[in-house]
Amino acid sequence: MSTRTPITFAVVGLIVAACGGGETSDEQPTSTAPAPAIITLMTHDSFAGGVSEDTFAPFTAETGIEVRVLPAGDAGSMVNQAILTVDNPVADVLFGVDDSFLTRAFEAGIFAAYESPLLADVPDELELDPEHRVTPIDRGDVCLNYDLDFFSGDLRPPLNLEQLTNPEYADLLVVEHPGTSSPGLAFLLSTIATFGEDGWQDYWRALVDNGVRVARDWDTAYYSDSTWWGGDRPLVVSYASSPPAEVIFADPPTGEPITGVIDEGCYGQIEFAGVLAGGVNEQAGGMLIDYMLSPEFQSQVPLTWFVFPANSTVELPPEFVEHTVVPASPNRLDPDLVEENRERWIEEWAEIVLP
Amino acid sequence: MKVGRTLLVGVPVLFLGYFFVYPVASILIEAATGEGGMDFLLTASTGRALWFTLWQAAVSTVLTLLVAFPLTWVVSNFDFAGRRTVMALVTVPFVLPSVVVASAFIALGLRDSVVAILVAHVFFNVSVVVRTVTTVWARLDRSPIDAARTLGASPWTAFRQVTLPLLSPSIAAASSIVFLLCFTSFGIVLLLGGLRLRTIEVEIYQRVTTYLDLPAAGALALVQLVGIVAVMTAYARLQERRTRKLHLRPEAQVLRVARGRERIWMWSIVTATTALTLVPPTVLIARSMRSGAAGWRFLADPGPLAVDPGAAIGNSLQSAAIAALIALAVGVPAAVVVARSAPGWGRWMDVVVMLPLGTSAVTIGLGFLVALDRPIDLRTAPIIVPIAHALVAIPFVVRAVLPTIRSIRTVLRDAAAVLGASPARVWREVDLPLMARAVGVAGGFAAAVSLGEFGATAFIVRPGTVTVPTLIYRLLGRPGAVTFSGAMAMSVILMVLVGGLVMSLDRLRAGELGSF
Repeated sequence: MSTRTPITFAVVGLIVAACGGGETSDEQPTSTAPAPAIITLMTHDSFAGGVSEDTFAPFTAETGIEVRVLPAGDAGSMVNQAILTVDNPVADVLFGVDDSFLTRAFEAGIFAAYESPLLADVPDELELDPEHRVTPIDRGDVCLNYDLDFFSGDLRPPLNLEQLTNPEYADLLVVEHPGTSSPGLAFLLSTIATFGEDGWQDYWRALVDNGVRVARDWDTAYYSDSTWWGGDRPLVVSYASSPPAEVIFADPPTGEPITGVIDEGCYGQIEFAGVLAGGVNEQAGGMLIDYMLSPEFQSQVPLTWFVFPANSTVELPPEFVEHTVVPASPNRLDPDLVEENRERWIEEWAEIVLP
Repeated sequence: MKVGRTLLVGVPVLFLGYFFVYPVASILIEAATGEGGMDFLLTASTGRALWFTLWQAAVSTVLTLLVAFPLTWVVSNFDFAGRRTVMALVTVPFVLPSVVVASAFIALGLRDSVVAILVAHVFFNVSVVVRTVTTVWARLDRSPIDAARTLGASPWTAFRQVTLPLLSPSIAAASSIVFLLCFTSFGIVLLLGGLRLRTIEVEIYQRVTTYLDLPAAGALALVQLVGIVAVMTAYARLQERRTRKLHLRPEAQVLRVARGRERIWMWSIVTATTALTLVPPTVLIARSMRSGAAGWRFLADPGPLAVDPGAAIGNSLQSAAIAALIALAVGVPAAVVVARSAPGWGRWMDVVVMLPLGTSAVTIGLGFLVALDRPIDLRTAPIIVPIAHALVAIPFVVRAVLPTIRSIRTVLRDAAAVLGASPARVWREVDLPLMARAVGVAGGFAAAVSLGEFGATAFIVRPGTVTVPTLIYRLLGRPGAVTFSGAMAMSVILMVLVGGLVMSLDRLRAGELGSF
């Protein structure tokens, strides 16, 4: 050890810091460049977790543009980060904003309009923005899941949201906090859609009387509270596509899911991608959106992220079709209405459920 | 010496100025220019959150001290086979991701209560006390104690009147860290508090993620800062009054072999503490081994999922090494400044280096996002993650080396100077060898903080590099028995990494005082 060790460390630290910074600025050529070598996709952690080397390989092969994925927390945090950096975005394209945060993103003006020619293959009901600031990429449903084993005896699973307040389902339900969890918020919105803006409060009071438990996030509910994972709650707010994931990642492979899906009271979520205004190269951003709507990408969607591709020409894999429940009429609320009331609803909810 | 002095002050000031004060100030300014922040502070729920934050932090700190004390006594007095292993084992919980620990606690039936939060805080922080205090106690010259005993003091009186006053600076140092960690506790409160109990930190997170309400979040962050500054100023005053120049010796000369009744006490304490520490990790190991070690088989062959445990381990180690280097480069000079400056200046530096630990991770993350795009855009640079870790680790470095630096007796340095040694040579031949062990411990802590991620990176845009903790979060985010077991197996790997790191650092540093 020499005397100068701490100072050497300092110098090394600063040099490393400088180099780290230098690298990024090198990656951002001026917007006049014909096509950037790298384009950055900001997304939520759960999408980023499924990205592999192959995900964007066809896009890179075709355009010569590499895709750098930037995970940014959950969907809400991601949108907030994009809003905070609206003057100087950290990415070129954002993927994963769902309808409940759409209005917030529009009001902040983070997106540049881009109309993909591939929208012809997307059902009209998924296109929520006539100005094409965002493009639908996938859709899924938040539903109640129940433990198939627990409900194999005399007790049948509930058929709808109303029945959850019946005494036979006392102390059996776990939901996620709508302030910290995206399925939690979807479930709250579903109850508002079902019981009306003035009726949902009474419904939740009845749920509280019937012993509803609140988990912080989906992980805790699904992995700690559920009866299929050692907890004491056989009814969990999860996804309509949890069963196929359970089959594919089962051990030992049984070919059978552990949960069933109650197809009433589900809430439909659409996930969108958009080109970030003021990004390095908006044109390349449009190319990435086209790729994400193309059959090459869309066919990876079901078994990687367990949601439905937006492109209706894509054929669904049989194991996905077999175990995924498609709710007849999932609930949905107008994005403007959600944006206007989200905060108030969550606070009212917290006063009722967690006084 | 002038140049040296400028560097000593300049490195910490520049680093903390640019990576802490500037980003946090940007957020506070953004918050102050918005509306409604102050109104939000005056609501009853904010008052409740503040009160809960304060008292749970105080109680957690006291409990941690009580639980840690017996083991600290053992490892500071006795040499026995497995001493280093025990010290490494109790350090493991410190860096486990809170989501993983919470899942173990929930499996053990501890949840939705204040008790669960307190137990988890003790579990996480015991090692902070054990390691910080042992650094001094295990090297404390025992002759004053022996003298007291010879003069007829009972062991208890000798401890109370001689040992305890000598240890109180390091106990205060450990307590201040534990207090701050519990003060800004986030994951544990969210996961084990049943969602009714909320700290200021949880409230800030909620304000930002759910409502994007910067004025309210900024106002809360300000309250947090004021609280921390008050606690730290009080601590720094106390520290200055209490600190004595200590006579430190190499551990080998101080530690002895336990005999008779002591032996029984020693082994009971070691067994009890390690057993308690090992309960949650054992739950994790058991879960990773479920259905024929499914988790391990999954990690070896993750099928269609993009999971590469080897790459994650490599990234984690690299990031931890860089974070530790930065933390030492900033923390050691800062500690020297604190120890050697006039009381007023030293105290300020002391408070400032502790601030990042007591500041909401969300505030820091947001600040990075808003402020660090000029002059070079660091917001998505790979270096930003180790820098964020280093920010949290610097207070540990300062706390770990400060008692040692303060205790280096001026007599030794003066003697060297009188004998003709240049200031640089005094530093090299006197200060550094005496500090080396503390610096090693500090670097290990810093690397460990980084390995466990510590929630320090909430809201920091991280480039796609997958580390061990982020991989655990990813696996926990999907349904399926194997991915869950895989997450548990990955947690076991993290424990082994941290344990191994801490043990090898201890070994590396063990002999260095021999020359003294």
